[in-house]
Amino acid sequence: MLQPPQVASDLQHAVEDAAAHLYVWALKDIPQDLRDALAAARERETSVPGRRVLETIHRNINVADSERNLVCQDTGIAVYHAKVGEHFPLHPSRIYEALRDGTARATVEHPLRSNAVHTITRENTGPNIGYRLPIVHWDFVPDWDGLDVKCVPKGSGSENMSFLKMCVPADGVRGIKEFVLESIVGAGGKPCPPGIVGVGIGGSADYAMYLAKEAIMRPIGTRNPDPLVAELEDELYGLLNETGIGPMGLGGDVTVLNCHIEHADTHMTLNPVAVNYQCWAARRASAHIHADGAIDYDREA
Amino acid sequence: MATHEVTFPITDEQEILKLRAGDEVVVQGHIIGIRDRTQIRIFDQGVEPPMDLRGAFLLHTAPGVRKRDDGGYDKVCIGTTTSARMVRFTEPLGAQYGVRAICGKGGFPDEAIEPMHRLGMVYFAIVGGAAALETTQIEEIEEVAWEELMPECLWKFRVKDFGPLTVGIDAHGNSLYHDVQARAQDKLKELYARL
Repeated sequence: MLQPPQVASDLQHAVEDAAAHLYVWALKDIPQDLRDALAAARERETSVPGRRVLETIHRNINVADSERNLVCQDTGIAVYHAKVGEHFPLHPSRIYEALRDGTARATVEHPLRSNAVHTITRENTGPNIGYRLPIVHWDFVPDWDGLDVKCVPKGSGSENMSFLKMCVPADGVRGIKEFVLESIVGAGGKPCPPGIVGVGIGGSADYAMYLAKEAIMRPIGTRNPDPLVAELEDELYGLLNETGIGPMGLGGDVTVLNCHIEHADTHMTLNPVAVNYQCWAARRASAHIHADGAIDYDREA
Repeated sequence: MATHEVTFPITDEQEILKLRAGDEVVVQGHIIGIRDRTQIRIFDQGVEPPMDLRGAFLLHTAPGVRKRDDGGYDKVCIGTTTSARMVRFTEPLGAQYGVRAICGKGGFPDEAIEPMHRLGMVYFAIVGGAAALETTQIEEIEEVAWEELMPECLWKFRVKDFGPLTVGIDAHGNSLYHDVQARAQDKLKELYARL
């Protein structure tokens, strides 16, 4: 007779615990790379309102630390990135349940503001969960028995500043650059600049936006392994900071903390470019979960 | 750029007229929390708000709160949302209810400049996302109306040293957002030429 799947069940609880912890941790304690980028921005900014904004952000992060409060009230939409090893002994369907249950538990226990609503009726659907919520990006890794989970609570102010353009091949890379610049200037102060500009290029329309979201999840200032794409990241980062939009759109030298690009090969007739903005409170927190259920939390991943 | 301390609700309109775009402001007194659904109820559904809004400072918020056994609310985390979605309510808030200041993040588009000029209103820019700090500056949640819209109710907060805020749009027809956007559009032409 088959034994009940006790190992899987314990492991499911471990993943749920990790998700519950990551969600609250991400909301309260922003990573060191982001703290460093904001401190550098504060040094560099010369406009009076811009300096006022960056000084207030600095005070806010310190208050969040000392009061153990959330950095931002927008607990966001819970987005996870799950990298699943081929031999991790819990099926992704159960990993999804664990991420959902952990999100709900954290929301109820803290308590966190619940933002999830039915997209037509606008009625609340539960503790930051609902139909197809949370959202999980999946990667599968051969010859490995671990699971990496990253939680990226995504605020709506920045998510509302998402843009897609199906450039044509004749627009070339120039078309990509112009669209990113025009998008960030048009967004102005609404997405809480200075933040991370995530850009997805290639693939299809939907995949370009998916890649743009992947881009904002990366540690700040990391570069795409493809040197052509990395060069584009550097160039756009420089150009975006020449627009003068400044902190909270009040004018200044620092419009973005960085620009990350993810790419995919595409059809010869396609040249999609997607922009997904991550606000200055670019919250993320990660954990490595071993096959035996042990959890290593990782502040910097 | 001057620094001011202003107590709300205001009774003397000179308090508003002395503020200029770019100035720094710290607020004392009482402020009213309001959001999309609150204003949809007032203006689209025609329901009179059960709070006096004359001279008021409105904050675009949906606070995170904890309900007490006595029916009141304790603050958990109170921050500010994007204002641009609610710009169309500016004129009626000023003309019908005497609201004098609207505070939010990200700014109002240019359509707010004319009514704010005509009616003697200002837009205050807060730092979006800086909710941990903002929460410490809210001393107490004194009143809540329309709890069924939770968290988009009408909230009355008592504040101390609320800010620093930046005057984004003043009552004299000036908007930092308009100026920054106009300069950025010119800059874009220059950047495109370099690509």
